[in-house]
Amino acid sequence: MSGTFVGMPSFPTAARGALADETLRGNLRYATHTIRDKRAKAVAELDDWALLREAGKQIKDHTLRNLDRYLLQLEEAVTAAGGVVHWAADADEANRIVADLVKATGESEVVKVKSMATQEIGLNEALAAEGISAYETDLAELIVQLGDDRPSHILVPAIHRNRGEIRTIFASEMGKWGRAAPDGLSDAPGELAEAARLHLREKFLRAKVGISGANFMVAETGTLAVFESEGNGRMCLTLPETLISVVGIEKVVPTWRDLEVFLQTLPRSSTAERMNPYTTMWTGTTDGDGPSAFHLVLLDNGRTATLADETGRQALRCIRCSACLNVCPVYERAGGHAYGSVYPGPIGAILSPQLRGTGSEIDASLPYASSLCGACYEVCPVAIDIPEVLVHLRDRVAHQGGRGHFLERAAIKAAGWVFEHPGVLAAGERAATATRKLHPSRVPGAGAWTNSRDLPPMPPESFRDWWRRNRSQGAAPAGGRKDDGS
Amino acid sequence: MSPASPSRDRILARVRAAVDGAPEAPGPARTYRDTHTPEDGRVDLLAENLADYRALVHRSDEAGLPALVARLLAEHGSGSVAVPPGLPEPWLAGTDVTRVPDAPGTTAAELDAVDSVVTGCAVAIAETGTIVLDAGPDQGRRRITLVPDHHICVVRAPEQVVGGVPQAMPRLDPTRPLTWISGPSATSDIELDRVEGVHGPRTLEVILVEG
Repeated sequence: MSGTFVGMPSFPTAARGALADETLRGNLRYATHTIRDKRAKAVAELDDWALLREAGKQIKDHTLRNLDRYLLQLEEAVTAAGGVVHWAADADEANRIVADLVKATGESEVVKVKSMATQEIGLNEALAAEGISAYETDLAELIVQLGDDRPSHILVPAIHRNRGEIRTIFASEMGKWGRAAPDGLSDAPGELAEAARLHLREKFLRAKVGISGANFMVAETGTLAVFESEGNGRMCLTLPETLISVVGIEKVVPTWRDLEVFLQTLPRSSTAERMNPYTTMWTGTTDGDGPSAFHLVLLDNGRTATLADETGRQALRCIRCSACLNVCPVYERAGGHAYGSVYPGPIGAILSPQLRGTGSEIDASLPYASSLCGACYEVCPVAIDIPEVLVHLRDRVAHQGGRGHFLERAAIKAAGWVFEHPGVLAAGERAATATRKLHPSRVPGAGAWTNSRDLPPMPPESFRDWWRRNRSQGAAPAGGRKDDGS
Repeated sequence: MSPASPSRDRILARVRAAVDGAPEAPGPARTYRDTHTPEDGRVDLLAENLADYRALVHRSDEAGLPALVARLLAEHGSGSVAVPPGLPEPWLAGTDVTRVPDAPGTTAAELDAVDSVVTGCAVAIAETGTIVLDAGPDQGRRRITLVPDHHICVVRAPEQVVGGVPQAMPRLDPTRPLTWISGPSATSDIELDRVEGVHGPRTLEVILVEG
């Protein structure tokens, strides 16, 4: 995945800074709560939501089970409609393909629609290294790019910025990239959107190459779909002469009709709208309307490895709506950057370690970046059981070893021995209750886990001693609870 | 033809190995509804949902349409209007603003100087407040409804209005370029609050023509 995140510290380390940043926490709390309530309302409008959710899950599972067949069908349909299909096993290959395609047009700048796949592969950095400027045109992406920042949310990459911060970035940075922000720009969202409109319009009107991802690809027709709000997607997808779309192989669905499910579930889960303002669907090229050259780059980059995991493969059902981020208590407090990936939040915690493997510190820590409360599963429009996959990945991380896991195994082994020797257990319990006044409130020395947890208070007597004293002769004394220590 | 690539075979082989032995997964049970709206409530619901997302909704009959279109163009202060090749003649009969025909050679920069565009649509979806364009003769190339800042879209009600999204699918041909429009351009990127008006037309007017 992206070089941007190489060398990220573990999740708890990265989260510490975010937790101390009160502006950031305030921004996130406000934004996630706003969208959470709106989403619940949008979903409640459809009394068959549960059936749509089930259908979405079934479509994705069926596609993944037969992915080879549907990819070949898609390739055939796109090719027949005038497109060219490329296959990229990893990020480097995808970047190479795109850079060569852009160079072949003779252009040195491209306009981009927000796309998770191109962020994942670090396309902008790869193009810059080849002397090609990639302009992000989604408002939030623009805020991130102008602020030399990293995305922190799937849908709204600049969710960590409030309107005042956005105003400052626009006022100081826009002029360096093109048309400057108007003088006296205020922090009213309408004015900020207007500044972006003016700044980007000149880029749209002269763009010769557009780069996008896609939300869905239809195998039977070769149709691609991009869901968006602002119209920057339409600009990038229809005005340039050449369009290059980089899409993960799991984005294919078998039939045109399958879109009717996701057209209902994605907007309501994502922006909490009945429908997003604009969706563009195109099939290859159309004479005289839109780009005359269309290239589709199909991206693996860890997806087939994820597909091989029986429990983990359900993460590939994800339609990138970001509802799981918006309800997650951990995301709300830690923010997106701590996840060390373009995929933050609960879905990121199961996707990144599978796409990238659990070798790095950040990826080995992500399966633990959750309280397993299950809110993410509840809201997921394709019913990904994120807690199940988190636990599964914790198991994988535990088996690969490391110091923390060595201590955990030693502790479990010792506990097992004690439980097998009742005399030792009883002696231990009496020693513990006899010394209860001396116990510290926290156990020192075992690192982050104990630092953030209180030691439970010790009762004056163990349950087994109480039982023996009160119930041993088969008589249940009246008021037997009187000295239970509670 | 796709360029020959060793990665193609490698990815397909990896996919096959990954799902080898996995149980077959059945396709979707389409037990969900194809609409949530009774037939006689569709046009009103469409109007309500369009307005909810800040589209300006007007109602007219066939006879009143030319005058209404002329009035909307005048109120917007438009001096020029982009015209799809197959737009019914009478729709613009009431106005003398400059017509800019949708032609293959028209550039985006030229369209940027055009004030408005008038089109029909392929279908409208009541439950989502959506109009879908399929680049048909009364709609033109995609760019004419994108670059001008003011879009007037005529919907024939009730013929072109369906209740739910699943009812729209069989009416659309996916091999044509499709644009689904639900309200004017908007963004939720600033504090997740919806703000109208970014790159697409900032004013969307929908005329429901009945009878």
